Amino acid sequence: MKAVLEVRNLHFRYADGTPALNGIDFTLAEGETVALLGANGSGKTTFLMHLNGLLTGEGSIQVCGMAMEKPNLRAIRAKIGMVFQDSESQLFMPTVLDDVMFGPLNQGRSAAEAAKRGRAALETVGMAHAAGRAPYHLSAGEKKRVAIAGILAMDPEILVLDEPTTFLDPPGQRALADLLVRLPQAKILVTHDARFAQALSHRAVFFQSGKIVAEGSVEELARRFAWDLEMEGAR
Amino acid sequence: MQPALLDRWSRQASILHRRDPRAKIAAALVFLVVVATAQPALLPVSAGLFLFLCAGLVVARLPLGGALLRAGIVLPFTLTFAAICWMAGDPWRGVSLILKSYLSALAVLLMVSTTPLPGLLRGFERIGAPRFLLMVSQFLYRYLFVITEQAQHMSKAAACRGGMRFRAAAGALAVLFARSYSQAEDIHRAMLSRGFEGRFHGPEDTRFRAADALFAAAACCAPLLLRLVIERVAA
Repeated sequence: MKAVLEVRNLHFRYADGTPALNGIDFTLAEGETVALLGANGSGKTTFLMHLNGLLTGEGSIQVCGMAMEKPNLRAIRAKIGMVFQDSESQLFMPTVLDDVMFGPLNQGRSAAEAAKRGRAALETVGMAHAAGRAPYHLSAGEKKRVAIAGILAMDPEILVLDEPTTFLDPPGQRALADLLVRLPQAKILVTHDARFAQALSHRAVFFQSGKIVAEGSVEELARRFAWDLEMEGAR
Repeated sequence: MQPALLDRWSRQASILHRRDPRAKIAAALVFLVVVATAQPALLPVSAGLFLFLCAGLVVARLPLGGALLRAGIVLPFTLTFAAICWMAGDPWRGVSLILKSYLSALAVLLMVSTTPLPGLLRGFERIGAPRFLLMVSQFLYRYLFVITEQAQHMSKAAACRGGMRFRAAAGALAVLFARSYSQAEDIHRAMLSRGFEGRFHGPEDTRFRAADALFAAAACCAPLLLRLVIERVAA
């Protein structure tokens, strides 16, 4: 299957010298969903920030055949849709429809086309009824859906979701999983929730100290690193 | 003032709500100038302008008592300055300050209660207000709720541990500032991820209809004529 994302030997240090990524190699195929597991501070979010040029490290990144270089950034950001952990930071426009139209308008689409795409994306995530509402009136689950709609309206080929189940109750998590399963894009899923990852992912990689130290199925990695059994063990 | 309440009021349906924001902005600006420059027969002129605004509130189907009460939000500030004028031996200037500030607040309240914020900001943009200022206003309005909620959570957490004294309140304020700063960075990242390149692209403007022009002409002339007539009668 065609690779839509290829990362080779990616290294990154923060300005204070703290090493965050130590030689990441990663490939994502078209339509594939990969879960990124690992402890807090293991480098998962830092890695995500490199995928659309929010951070720049050493190494090579190719997104849909485009090298991660400044002239390609606009096109790359249209291909990779990032859904951040805190939807509150992602929904910054006064109304839901304004927010969902933000990306398409930045892509240079006309207001009518952006509105059409925005409404279609809201329909896909089941939030068409909220188009005229202010984002702060929505529940956490609804905010997450609108954040995803804001990305879908840009027609990306890859969805990157950072801790998508944060702030969601179990029905909200189930609804989100149902939605994500229906979306055809390739997905990268950063989560601590192994069961959620298992429901959605074809495979998983495990981050430790800025490196990918293991790769396999979610079940295999969860067992190997005692990922979802820790609480039961503590009991 | 409760922003959520204003938001609800601004999304009601009335003949005033349907008017183009630019017409309402023009009417409000003219009204402010008429009030600010009123000198002779100030009491009867103020009474006339007050009744004019009350008529506007009735036409807009807004709760009269609630709106009159909320416009009083400016009074604590102006009362302070009025007290200073009174102590300086110029009580009439103090009375003038109170009347003018209250009427101005009521006029602005009528404008924002009949125009949803996105439309209002777009209206200001169309009449040439600085885009950067409008962007800041939009973000302030959007995140005021989030920051207020965070402050309330911190206050509750402090109350659970014995209440918030001056030192703790100062610390909480610092934490709130740091969180707001961090959230601003997250918002900026989310904006860049969706192709933001430093300029907001607004949806297409609604047409400025003949009814809007008629309304603007009437609403601009009425307070001016009212003032001139009352001043002449009083003279």
